[in-house]
Amino acid sequence: MFDIVGKRLWFFLLSGLLIVISIVALVVFGLEPGIDFASGSITTLAFEQEVSLGELEQELATLGYTGEDEQNPHGDFLIRTVRLTTSEKAQMKASLTEKFGTLTEKAFEDVDPVIAGETARIAGIAVGVAAVGILLYITWAFHRMPRPFLYGFCAVVALLHDVILVLGVFSILGAVMGWEINLMFITGVLAVIGYSVNNTVVVFDRIRENLHRGISANFAVVVNSSLVETLSRSLNTSLTTLFVILALMLFVGVSIQNFAVVLLVGIVAGTYSSLFIAPHLLVAWEKGR
Amino acid sequence: MIRGRTWVLLIIIVIFAFALWVLLPIEGDRFGRKGIQFGLDLEGGVRLVYQADLSQVEPGTESEVIDGVIAVIANRINPLGVTEPNIEKRGENQIVVEIPQLSITDVQRERIGRTALLEFRELVAVEVESEEEPPVEQGGEGEEEPPVEQEGEGEEEPAVVMEWVPATGLINGQEKVLTSSYFKSNTYVARDEFGAIELIFEWNEEGAILSEQITGRLVGRPLGIFEGDEPLLDENDRPVAPTVQAVIIDRGRITGLSLNEATELSKQLNAGRLPVPLESIGGQEVDPTLGADFVELSIKAGLIGIALVMLFMIFYYRLPGVVASLALIFYGTLVLALFKLIPVTLTLAGIGGFVLSIGMAVDANVLIFERMKEEFRTGQTLGATIEAGFDRAWTAIRDSNVTTFIVCLVLYWVGNSIAFGGSVKGFALTLFIGVAVSMFTAIVVTRTLLRLFVGTDLARRTSIFTTVSGRK
Repeated sequence: MFDIVGKRLWFFLLSGLLIVISIVALVVFGLEPGIDFASGSITTLAFEQEVSLGELEQELATLGYTGEDEQNPHGDFLIRTVRLTTSEKAQMKASLTEKFGTLTEKAFEDVDPVIAGETARIAGIAVGVAAVGILLYITWAFHRMPRPFLYGFCAVVALLHDVILVLGVFSILGAVMGWEINLMFITGVLAVIGYSVNNTVVVFDRIRENLHRGISANFAVVVNSSLVETLSRSLNTSLTTLFVILALMLFVGVSIQNFAVVLLVGIVAGTYSSLFIAPHLLVAWEKGR
Repeated sequence: MIRGRTWVLLIIIVIFAFALWVLLPIEGDRFGRKGIQFGLDLEGGVRLVYQADLSQVEPGTESEVIDGVIAVIANRINPLGVTEPNIEKRGENQIVVEIPQLSITDVQRERIGRTALLEFRELVAVEVESEEEPPVEQGGEGEEEPPVEQEGEGEEEPAVVMEWVPATGLINGQEKVLTSSYFKSNTYVARDEFGAIELIFEWNEEGAILSEQITGRLVGRPLGIFEGDEPLLDENDRPVAPTVQAVIIDRGRITGLSLNEATELSKQLNAGRLPVPLESIGGQEVDPTLGADFVELSIKAGLIGIALVMLFMIFYYRLPGVVASLALIFYGTLVLALFKLIPVTLTLAGIGGFVLSIGMAVDANVLIFERMKEEFRTGQTLGATIEAGFDRAWTAIRDSNVTTFIVCLVLYWVGNSIAFGGSVKGFALTLFIGVAVSMFTAIVVTRTLLRLFVGTDLARRTSIFTTVSGRK
């Protein structure tokens, strides 16, 4: 049988390194907040004539609007600005029509700082509430075990590990490619939390069962065989989930990209942490006592 | 026992047939539900969030005033020809306006958020060619629609054109329009001694002066109530224009309304009494053409996702994989049927949640099949393997799915608490339904189908049940 538990220091080291990189990235770059969290407007315009992103940004800059703009697969332009009033928007459209010809407004999103602040606050609370809820549930589910709280605690550490890695990746993507975090991002992060714990619970469940069966007096051995036994299940479930996320990314494209990448990173991190972090924390705790 | 299982199989088939019947054809009417509802991001539409400034409103009446403002906004949206606008109060002082499948112009958008002020108007003849008096309405308002015509062109010969113009009076020599701002207090609905509905109103000092002059010259004629150029409408979408019965000075009543109409009108009048400026604090407008192909793209993504998952399951788990694939088809049909029945409004995120749940749906199967493999290694029969595999996998399936449910609940709360949370709520709902149904399909459907093989010749050919021989 593979000795996974014996190599736990290496796993901790790798995770520690990634977490340090993530935190450094977060401190240095921060996260690029989208209008959901920072307020502002996004106007989606379609031009009849061929217009390049560069030309458009240049023209917008002369109008006093500087912001990351992008083009969606339809060829429509998403123009990010400060909050626009109806008349400011009409003016901007008029100026752009003058320069580039006929245009149609495909979509307009507008978020006030009040809503943005509220959204950010609730997103923060949500991550906290989810973590506490999961902690409580796992503690309850393992209440027959010695130290049930420890199981909940380790699962939550593993999920925080995943969340930090996702944030780190987005901090880097934000700095390099201008990716923003929006509501879809938060939705993705919460889905990752659920997913990560889902995996961890399967491993813990096997540890619970193997302890009951008394397969070994040595806790590390019990954890190791539990891991080996659940390894193919963990990998298979992650694989099937990755398949569908890849399908989403490839076929639906930009609009759901943010969300899909959160899940992609989160599921890889979540699979890793449920196999190589959470159970080993249990062992480390037992050894340390 | 066998009998019991046959029943379960029958029930599964019935559920599947029922789900198929509900789902297909998609546009077919099932229990009053047609098609699958799509959210604003896919179907297009408008969502506007306003914050009402209630500083000039008497404390304690804020909630009534907001209701009135909502009634006024509803009246503004009416002429846009929308079937199902949704206008809701959010928190203390916010109003959310949702109009699906509509794109509005900047002018229309501006109009929706204007401060409510109702104006009283009278019918006058313009382009007078003859001396004819305006038609006098008998028998209270609402009996017949007063002739409202905005333009006189297109008529064969020049005739009298009746037009609603603001009803004005003179105060200290100045011409003023009678508006809802002259109400002394909130209007209210009461019943007279015979039990008939009446709407009671009271003018303030200036209002009384104007009212005396205006109603004085309008006895027997209608007085229309307008918001901008749009008349307020009654239950039958006819303009509200009570006939003046007598000169009204400081206090009057409107009779002949139904209770609903009176309550609605009272709310609207009250909302226009004190200025309640609305500040737009957020908006989302999507052109219906923008989201259209996302639906198609996500269906494609979903189908390809399902196909990949099935291929993997069959390749890796052989016959149980085939069974799991059947269960997955059952799963997809049942979930989509539920989306149609409940109904769940699908947003892009919601579709994401559904597609994600496809990947996770096989998780319970994977857990069970892995258990079965382990049992096979100990040399058990197929029947024992199936039962042991399911029983032992149960706690893991339960505990891991409950944690997903917790996350769904939190997401649903998030979606409900924030102004633009529709997509988050959609995701939470689709993921929740997905995971719940997947537990059922894995535990009941897969198990029942697998049991069909127990006792058949196939059951002895263990190679088709697992790729793993007794390696340990």
